[in-house]
Amino acid sequence: MFFELFPASVVEQAPVLVVAIPLLSALVISIVGVVNQKYVLPLTILSMAGSLIASLITLQRVIEHGPISYHLGSWIPPIGIEYFVDHLNAPVLVLIAAVSFLTAIYSKDVIRSEVPDKIPSYYVIYTLLVTGLLGITITGDAFNLYVLLEVAALAAYGLIALRGGRAYMATFNYIIMGTIGAGFYLLGVGYLFIKTGSLNMLDIGQILPAIYSGNAVLVAFILVMLGMWIKMAFFPLHGWLPNAYTYAPTATSCLVAPLMTKVSVYVMIRIMFTIFSADFAFNVLKWHNIIVWWAVIAIVSGSLFALAQRNLKKMLSYIIVSEIGYMVGGIWLANRDGITGATYHIFSDAMMTLCLFMAVGCICYKAKDCSFENMRWVFRRMPVTMAAFIVGAFSMIGIPPTCGFFSKWFLLSGAIKADHWGFALALIFSSLINAVLFFRLFEIGYFGKLRESKEGQEPSHHHQPKISVKEAPLSMVVPLVVVAMSLIFLGLYTNEIVTNLIDFVIPKGLMDVGS
Amino acid sequence: MEWVIAKYNYFIYIILMMIGLWAMIGKNNLVKKVIGMSIFQTAIILFYISVGTKRGSTIPILEHGHAEAANAAESIINAADYANPLTQILMLTAIVVGVSTLGVALAVIQKIFKEYGTVEEDEILEQIR
Amino acid sequence: MQSTVSVMPLIVVLISALAAIPISMSGRYPNLREFWTLLAASAKFLLVASMVPWILAGNTYELTLFQVLPGLAIAFKVDAFGILFALVASSLWIVTSAYSIGYMRGLKEHAQTRYFCFFALSLSATLGVAFASNLLTLYIFYEFLSLSTYPLVTHHQDEEARSGGRKYLTFLLGTSIGFVLPAMLITYAMTGTLSFSGEGIFADKAAGFPLWILLLMFLFGFAKAGIMPFHSWLPAAMVAPTPVSALLHAVAVVKVGVFCIVRIITGVFGLDLLAAQNLNSIIVYIAGFTVIVASLIALSQDNLKRRLAFSTIGQLSYIVMAVGLTSGKGVIGGMVHIAMHAFGKITLFFCAGAIFVATGKKYVSEMVGIGKRMPITMLAFFFGSLSVIGLPPGGGLISKWYMVLGALEADKIPILVFYLISSLLNAAYFLPIAYKAFFCTPEESMFENKIDEAPLWCLVPLAVTALCSIVLFFYPQPFFNLAKLAVGI
Repeated sequence: MFFELFPASVVEQAPVLVVAIPLLSALVISIVGVVNQKYVLPLTILSMAGSLIASLITLQRVIEHGPISYHLGSWIPPIGIEYFVDHLNAPVLVLIAAVSFLTAIYSKDVIRSEVPDKIPSYYVIYTLLVTGLLGITITGDAFNLYVLLEVAALAAYGLIALRGGRAYMATFNYIIMGTIGAGFYLLGVGYLFIKTGSLNMLDIGQILPAIYSGNAVLVAFILVMLGMWIKMAFFPLHGWLPNAYTYAPTATSCLVAPLMTKVSVYVMIRIMFTIFSADFAFNVLKWHNIIVWWAVIAIVSGSLFALAQRNLKKMLSYIIVSEIGYMVGGIWLANRDGITGATYHIFSDAMMTLCLFMAVGCICYKAKDCSFENMRWVFRRMPVTMAAFIVGAFSMIGIPPTCGFFSKWFLLSGAIKADHWGFALALIFSSLINAVLFFRLFEIGYFGKLRESKEGQEPSHHHQPKISVKEAPLSMVVPLVVVAMSLIFLGLYTNEIVTNLIDFVIPKGLMDVGS
Repeated sequence: MEWVIAKYNYFIYIILMMIGLWAMIGKNNLVKKVIGMSIFQTAIILFYISVGTKRGSTIPILEHGHAEAANAAESIINAADYANPLTQILMLTAIVVGVSTLGVALAVIQKIFKEYGTVEEDEILEQIR
Repeated sequence: MQSTVSVMPLIVVLISALAAIPISMSGRYPNLREFWTLLAASAKFLLVASMVPWILAGNTYELTLFQVLPGLAIAFKVDAFGILFALVASSLWIVTSAYSIGYMRGLKEHAQTRYFCFFALSLSATLGVAFASNLLTLYIFYEFLSLSTYPLVTHHQDEEARSGGRKYLTFLLGTSIGFVLPAMLITYAMTGTLSFSGEGIFADKAAGFPLWILLLMFLFGFAKAGIMPFHSWLPAAMVAPTPVSALLHAVAVVKVGVFCIVRIITGVFGLDLLAAQNLNSIIVYIAGFTVIVASLIALSQDNLKRRLAFSTIGQLSYIVMAVGLTSGKGVIGGMVHIAMHAFGKITLFFCAGAIFVATGKKYVSEMVGIGKRMPITMLAFFFGSLSVIGLPPGGGLISKWYMVLGALEADKIPILVFYLISSLLNAAYFLPIAYKAFFCTPEESMFENKIDEAPLWCLVPLAVTALCSIVLFFYPQPFFNLAKLAVGI
């Protein structure tokens, strides 16, 4: 019903348009940027909107007609490159397009204050990053995925470094770690290529089962996984993430923090279930127990690191490290609920990370830096921002009916059904730590004091400072509010998402696997 | 020992890769880290290329194909004479990726040098603290 | 027995949340703002009351909002027990609103708009709990109540409020996330449903040790019920303005905790299963311990509000204990006690607040002879205490009588001793206050012999609630009929 609005040719070509629109507009923007800076942002927003529409059309086609295979340049796979869209990556495409669309709007004012002299180049790299992410998600070719992984990574390096100052050193570490990660992935793909002679994911997936017992396949799997774990900052490979996300320009954090790691999680799922299979990952390897315990360590240590931070963005970055543990652990629980929870968490975590980073961005925009100090009296200064921040925080803590609760619900139920009490306890522990983290901030915002101080015993409420409302500009607040509301809607429509999309992701015959 | 010699290309790439990794992680100088990164990437490229070659084969470019169609015997293209073109093409792309990564890394190092006046990691960390 | 799909429960739940919008917008005009509050409160009560006849005829209202998980929805179902609680909460909101106006204006408190706003929101959450048709919906509104009452508890925004508020949230969120959430998931994994049902959803699906653990997780998880050792948030939360303490910590919040536990006992585990597995003795002895200890602590408290808080902890466990007996009369007594205790305890809190507004006194030892200055208040206090202790003519006697009958019916004689001892203790910590207020030598008296009551907005509500608790002694039928219906007798 949605795509009936568009001509058949657009619908037919939608999968490639998702990627082509931002790619081509990157070129256009770089030219237009030289002529007139004014048109750069509208063009960016327009291209993101185009990509969003194309991805929505694709999603609807997938829901109604099943997976789409699009052959680039009409070359038949496995020789040609294939875009393969199924129930797993169609919603991820929509997620990427939506997040980048909202962040583009959000960036209008904040970029002007943070990198005023490089606006055209910022948006060129921005669109390239989005291209890379969309490409990673849509492609059905293992090597193509590597190239786009690096396109996205290179763009991310640029976007982070533009802030200057400490961002340079953070970027450098990110480059080193990112290259190692991509290198491992490439190497793993090389081994797969040796064994199968193919680079098409579906094709490899069909050839592999006969040779699962070979050492080369095992090495390939380990290398590819290791590469993706570095890219997604799975503890203890997370070293590059906190600084890179903290010192990046606000709009970059808002784009990169929700998407980069989550797309890597998607790639992990794709590798595990399409290139390899659930049978290989869970039955042949029998490692899932160890990896879930590793995820437990990731969750707990991510939470504890977050607790030690005194910078808003850095705290959120460590929460991401802990959330990555949720997703990796959920997948490797090797049962239906665990995988459902982890997949659903890709979406909910992306949206709530976005919400929190946007809200923190608003606070930092007004205060010019991100220390906890700036939270003082923030409820009175920025009531709308804080309302959205509260929704995001509740989602992180896992308070219904926000989406964070439901992903936690599935993950916990997966842990319980797998009898993995360590993982269940870690999830609850991290929820409680998140509650502490956010309510500590709310206390500062509400009581106007950083620490408990015993002076001033008389009730201070009679002479509280007069503070007037000073919100961030509308261009920042409106996307923020939209994201915050989406958290609740995502939560309320969990059942639709799970039955229409995620149920198709669960590998068949999983119930017998791993038990 | 024979096992090693039979697969010498793999061992060379692994050694190169380890050198690269060690430089990336262990070296203090940022430029040396970047050199390590380059070695690391080159090792992977070497691996792919060595996988694609066959004994006695040449680069996969047709030297005497259609032009001399009259000479039927020579116009037969024997796949065994050529290295696997796919890996070579893949590595062309990988080289491009590697070069751009190198470019970005060097640019960042330049900026770091301007910011801190040094490219030694420990000195920079001291300044940040 | 008939059930209709109706939007009534949704309207009733939402009406106060929606009222928060005009309340927050008319912050500059206090009279208009208070008008909205009172309007919403009356509308809410009338709507709840209008549902009663249909429920009394043995029917229910149902409404499914969102199918959030397979086989699990955010849904409402209004049954007899739900409406009983809704009736108590919504009727007391009216009086409390009136009282709040007097109290907040009398003390010239800051941020009154925020106060009334969150008050309205927390009432929505309370009614949501009352009408929840399954554990998930119950949990959502339970959490929402904890969070929406936080700004009320910490209203003063000073150091004391901060530490009180911190304790409040730590206990409530910690237990609900730490115990209830996993318990809920385990229940769902074991039974495949979370909807409350008359027979309980565990019937012939689980037995022995897992049930044992689950019961404890639920019992301690709903920390709003104040079962020891998870009770200490309640005295800490007494930093709140008195009307908040009154409605939320004598009525809404704590009773929501008890309500949840009763729902768990009757709707999830089922009375028969608990009795058959001998799990009822766990509940009874844990609650009995709390009853005695809380009463003893209350005896030693000098701060009046803290004394009331500990008394509340004890009284809450009465209810849990009575329902835990799993005998029909005990359950009826427990359910009715929710109402009886609410009216009695809110009177006491109102009195404490009125004393604070009029004289600034917080401590029992400073209240000698106060009856000469505030006779109406202290008379109300006296009747309130009678009801809470369980002496005629207080409504509390009737519910306590049923609870004792329940103990006999369940053949648990030690429980009788618990009830007896704690009633004596109740009398020991309440009656001296009222006695000393009136009967003391002129030298002992700390107040002048001149009548000077709190503002009328404070005085009328407390007189009304005191009267109510006397009236309930003579006409307890509405609540009794509902409770009987809920138990199915």
